[in-house]
Amino acid sequence: MNLLIAGARVVDPANGVDAVQDVLVTNGRIARLGRALKAPAGTETVDAAGKVVCPGFIDMHAHLREPGHEYKETIASGTRAAAAGGFTAVACMANTFPVNDNRAVTDYILARARVEGVVRVYPIGAVTRNLEGKQLAELAELAEGGCVAFSDDGKCVMNAEIYRRAMEYALPFGTPIISHAEDCHLAGGGAMHEGIVSTELGLPAQPAAAEEVMVARDIVLAELTGAHLHIAHISTAGAVRMVREAKARGVRVTTEATPHHLLLTDEAVRSYDPNTKMAPPLRSKRDVEALVEALADGTVDAIATDHAPHALSEKEDEFAEAANGVVGLETAVPLLLDRLVRPGVIDLAALVTRFSVAPARLLNLPGGSLAPGANADITVLDLDAPWTVTPSAFRSRSRNTPFAGWTGHGAPWMTIVGGVSVKP
Amino acid sequence: MPWKRKDLLSMQDLEPAEIGEVLDTAASMKEIASREIKKVPTLRGKTIVNLFYEASTRTRTSFEIAGKWLSADVINFSASGSSAEKGESLLDTAKNIEAMSPDVVVARHKAAGAPALLARHLRCSVVNAGDGAHEHPTQALLDLLTIREKKGHLEGLNVAIVGDVTHSRVARSNIYAMTKMGMTVTVAGPPTLIPVACQELGVKVSHRLEEAIAHADVIMMLRLQHERMTGGFIPSVREYSRVWGLTLARLTQCRPDVLIMHPGPVNRGVELAPEVADGPYSVILDQVSNGVAVRMAVLYLLTGAKAA
Repeated sequence: MNLLIAGARVVDPANGVDAVQDVLVTNGRIARLGRALKAPAGTETVDAAGKVVCPGFIDMHAHLREPGHEYKETIASGTRAAAAGGFTAVACMANTFPVNDNRAVTDYILARARVEGVVRVYPIGAVTRNLEGKQLAELAELAEGGCVAFSDDGKCVMNAEIYRRAMEYALPFGTPIISHAEDCHLAGGGAMHEGIVSTELGLPAQPAAAEEVMVARDIVLAELTGAHLHIAHISTAGAVRMVREAKARGVRVTTEATPHHLLLTDEAVRSYDPNTKMAPPLRSKRDVEALVEALADGTVDAIATDHAPHALSEKEDEFAEAANGVVGLETAVPLLLDRLVRPGVIDLAALVTRFSVAPARLLNLPGGSLAPGANADITVLDLDAPWTVTPSAFRSRSRNTPFAGWTGHGAPWMTIVGGVSVKP
Repeated sequence: MPWKRKDLLSMQDLEPAEIGEVLDTAASMKEIASREIKKVPTLRGKTIVNLFYEASTRTRTSFEIAGKWLSADVINFSASGSSAEKGESLLDTAKNIEAMSPDVVVARHKAAGAPALLARHLRCSVVNAGDGAHEHPTQALLDLLTIREKKGHLEGLNVAIVGDVTHSRVARSNIYAMTKMGMTVTVAGPPTLIPVACQELGVKVSHRLEEAIAHADVIMMLRLQHERMTGGFIPSVREYSRVWGLTLARLTQCRPDVLIMHPGPVNRGVELAPEVADGPYSVILDQVSNGVAVRMAVLYLLTGAKAA
């Protein structure tokens, strides 16, 4: 199976490429890049003139819900949503049922992904058993089984001693510890960001400090242990400031931001629409501005969706009762192409870096590069394609998006995994 | 002015003229309470559902009496706990009630925004009878009616709202209503019970009771909810009542024509000394009476708007 992608603009930041070139794929790998490449006989040619070819996008933070919550999402539906959204790989969080805190669950996820997945699936193992924050999960076996990082995402490991031990224990595996930074006591059950909007709405709220005290603690622990700390879904100006400062000091801390935290403020909650409820909550305008700035200057290494599918019944409830989280796999790339790249807030190479190069590097994955010999995981974009966010057309089993009805230009055009175009 | 709204969800939504309209209508409704036969046929054939997800005696009874005096059929639908606990979503419950063709749903819920959710999905009128810490618009309206009766006007009056403002829907509705009507509002309480960025609502904030009440024409004491008495908001009920309780001694420092209000039920001896609650400055029972008149006015205006 050979493939020639002809005439596209190739944006491959890892190799300093931004030029119109053909890309020849043979046997699932990148064979050559160059002008007017001659394809061997039997090669399928894709005319991609006017399109943009990038190393495959990797979502380093998604919830595929399988096993246990298949009514929200499955590996089959979640990976199709990923492919439709331009992602060639997805890292999936451990808060399944049962929790991915042991090798058997990791094996199950990978087996399902082999059978039913249409993009690559990389499991993230739990830090502690059953996400209870009390006893370490069997991290060595999880790493052996293919977990690419450890996280109790959705919950915060409140016990600093346990977290310190997790960071130390994981050092030999080279896997990052991904922190869901939220002091559950300070957050106090707050369903939205604490500020003038929460005061007006009368909703229980949590201050930015609930995230920031944990980011501060975790940076200190990363310094103590030398571990690679990755802050998930960073959302406040204060947290961004601390990460920037820690990076400058040489602490091994990296971070990701989600499209919803980059594009929405707590003003969106005025509708009481539970699709604007997630953890961390939508923040103030000042926080969003700081986050976008941090994305542009590289303090925010990666963009991740925190794709968190929930059934309609879990989102049709009163705001304070409704489930946390929004889907994102099918909206992340179009939204950011239109709202950040098109107006020039960040350039295309920076977007590709945040969506592909950085996630591959942070999780030690193959990918993020179109160098000859690399896996032919390729995302092709059409920067002019008009779109409207239409939840009923999602491949995901869930519809919980705050972006329904948004319109713009620029979307994934083709998702190629291992040299094969995925039809989601 | 003709009433145009389908629902009454918040004071933040209302224009000053609309507030005036409700108050004028309520004032005319008060006459009915003095009749031997307290019933007019105005809402005959209309159905009002009191959908209460949170325990309430006074508000529910007040709406019930208001509906009955206007000859509406009033049905009380008490649901305990959240819809999540019942396994039926709030929306499902709402659709079931809608299928019974009510004209007005009066909704109380512990979750802020629940009446707004109902209003979005129901064709009938929805009245917010208190949603979480968000709003309780008919309470603010009855408070305004009471103040207007006693003082003759609203504009220019100084009001102190004292106590647990953070968790109070009564405080929020009154802040919006009073500032719209040209009154000056000071909220007062320990900093743990004053909401974040409260000044942005156009009120003054004080952390000293004496300062807050010194020049007040109206003092509105808020109920200290039982669930706030433990945990981190205040050290103890004893300390709270010593620092923030309105006593006779403190009352002597106030204006001689001050009005003492409370949305009830009163924690006697906590936020209000009994002799203050029962004293000559207290208009707490007038508030209760006016509650019926205000709710009659609201039901009348909402159903009238639909018929028009």
